[in-house]
Amino acid sequence: METERAPYLSGELPRPEPRPDGVDRAFWDGTRQHILRVQRCGACGESQFPPEVVCTACGAGDVGWVDVPPTGTLTSFTRVWHPVHPGLVEDDVPYLIAVVELAPGVRVVGNIVGDPHRRDLTFDMPMEAEFEDHDDAGVTLVQWRPSPAPVRAPSDA
Amino acid sequence: MTHPAGGPERTIRDRVAIAGVGETTYYKRGRSPVSEFELAVDAVTRAAEDAGMAVRELDGFASYANDSTQPVRLARALGLEELRFSNMFWGGGGGGVCGAVGNAAAAVAAGYADHVVVYRSLAQGRFRFGSTFAATPGGSGISGDFAYSIPYGVMSPAQAIALRTQRFLADHGLGQDVLAAIALASYEHAQHNPRAVMYGRPLTREEYDRSRWIVEPFHLFDCCQENDGAAAVIVTSAERARDLRARPVYVLAAAQGGSRGHDLFTHSGPDYATANFKAVAARLYGMAGVEAGDVDVAQIYENFTGGALMSIIEHGLCGGDEAGAVLTHENLLWTGRLPVNTSGGNLAECYMHGLELVIEAVRQMRGTSTCQVPDAAVSLVAGGPVAAPVSSLLLRR
Repeated sequence: METERAPYLSGELPRPEPRPDGVDRAFWDGTRQHILRVQRCGACGESQFPPEVVCTACGAGDVGWVDVPPTGTLTSFTRVWHPVHPGLVEDDVPYLIAVVELAPGVRVVGNIVGDPHRRDLTFDMPMEAEFEDHDDAGVTLVQWRPSPAPVRAPSDA
Repeated sequence: MTHPAGGPERTIRDRVAIAGVGETTYYKRGRSPVSEFELAVDAVTRAAEDAGMAVRELDGFASYANDSTQPVRLARALGLEELRFSNMFWGGGGGGVCGAVGNAAAAVAAGYADHVVVYRSLAQGRFRFGSTFAATPGGSGISGDFAYSIPYGVMSPAQAIALRTQRFLADHGLGQDVLAAIALASYEHAQHNPRAVMYGRPLTREEYDRSRWIVEPFHLFDCCQENDGAAAVIVTSAERARDLRARPVYVLAAAQGGSRGHDLFTHSGPDYATANFKAVAARLYGMAGVEAGDVDVAQIYENFTGGALMSIIEHGLCGGDEAGAVLTHENLLWTGRLPVNTSGGNLAECYMHGLELVIEAVRQMRGTSTCQVPDAAVSLVAGGPVAAPVSSLLLRR
C-alpha cells in the first residue's frame, strides 16, 4: 500500500482564515464538510474563483455559492525544490504544486498527493480532490490526485 | 489613438525624450555601504550630470515597486526649485518599470512638469523584496487571495511563474534549451560590461545544468539576482532634450496594465500560460506606429527565464512554435538576429527592478552599449512578466 504524507506538507505554514468581510466564508465552511464550492452569479450563471463581491462577468451583485463536483483537469503542475517558507521542513521538499481547472477559466491551487517524484502526470488529465483536514486549526485544505482510470466494461475488451 | 470625440491625437510618441541616465555602482544584495536614500541621490545626480543639467532643475519624480525613497525628501535634498509632479506606480514589482517611464512621459507631455526623473533604489540588506512573500509566520492565519495558495506552499514569484512556464513549454513543444539560451546570453553579455555584477563570472551550459533546482523548470541560473544600488532616468520634452548634452532618445510609446482577470498569484482567467503582455504589447505597438519586426534590440525583464520567454513571444519577436529554433544562444547574442539583454540583464548585470534595462535600451539608441548592436534604431523594453500590472516601452534614436 502506498504510504502518503499526511498532511502533505508537514511543516508549519500559514493557515487559511476566512476574509474579514465574509466574502469567502462559505468556501472554507464547505471544505470543512468536504464540499467544494465556487461562486455562481444569480444573473448570468457564470462561475468564479477566487470569490469577489460582484460577478466579474456581468457585474451583478447577487453572487452566491454552489457545490461543485470535487473534480477538474490539470492545467499545470511542477515540483518545488527550494523551501521558500521557513516553516517548511527538510522532508517537505521536493513537493508538487498544481493548478486545477474546475470550469473554463476557473482554477484553484493545491498539492498533488503521493510520490513527489511521480512521472505519471500529464497536462489536462482528470483530477479529483482529496480533502486534508487540519482539525487543530479548524480548517480543511483541498488537495488533488489523478482520477482513477475509468474501469473498462467487459464488452469493451 | 485619436480621442473618441475627436480632438488631438492622444500620444506621447516623439513628444518626449530620455535626456539623461545615471547608475550607482551595483552591488550584491546587502553589500551597499550606504542607505537606499543615499543611493537614490547618487543615481539622480549622475543622471543630471549625464544630461548636462543642474539637478535642481528637476521638477518631478516617478517610481514604482513601493520604492522607499520619498520624492519630497529627494526634492529637498537635491535643492529643487519647485516640485511639480510625484507619482508612484502601483504593484507589480518590476512590472512597473516601463509604466513609471510612461507616467513621467505623460506628465511631461501634459505639461505637469518639465524634467521628471524616474528612479529605483534598493538596499536589500535592510529589506529584502522577495522575503515579503514568506513573511507570514507558520501557524498564523492568512486570508484573502494568499489563503488559496500559501497553505499549499505556493508563495513565491518563482513558483507562480514556473507553473505558467511549464504549461507554455508543453503547449509549444519546448524544453530546457530555450531557457538556458536566455540565461547564457545574459551572462555572456555581462562579460563585456564592467558594471555588471557577474562581470568576470562567465556561465557555461554545464554549470547551468548542474546548478540546483529552485522550482522546475527553473535552475538557480534561471532566477534573477538580488542587488543593491540605484538607477535614474530623466524624461523631458523632445525640444528640451535637443538642447541638452546627451543625444536625445525619443519615446515612441509606453504601455502598462494587463489582460482580463490575470494576476500573479490567482490562477483564474481566460488565458493561463501568459506573461500578461498580449493586450499591453498591442497598445504599445499601436501608439508607437512600429511593428515587432522593426525592433532592433530588446531588453526583456528576466525575473525568471520563463517569464522572459513568454514576453519575447507576446511582443511578437518570435512565434511560440518556432521559439525552439529561433531563441538559440547565438541568435540572442548582440551579434545575433534577435539581440536580448545586451548589458547582462537582471540575471547577470543587476536586478534594479528593470530600470537598468531601460538604461541599456537608451545606450543602444545612443550607440554606447558595451555590446552595441550596429545601426540599432528601435529599442524595446518589457518589464515584470507574469505579474500584474506589467509594462513595456519602445524607444528610438
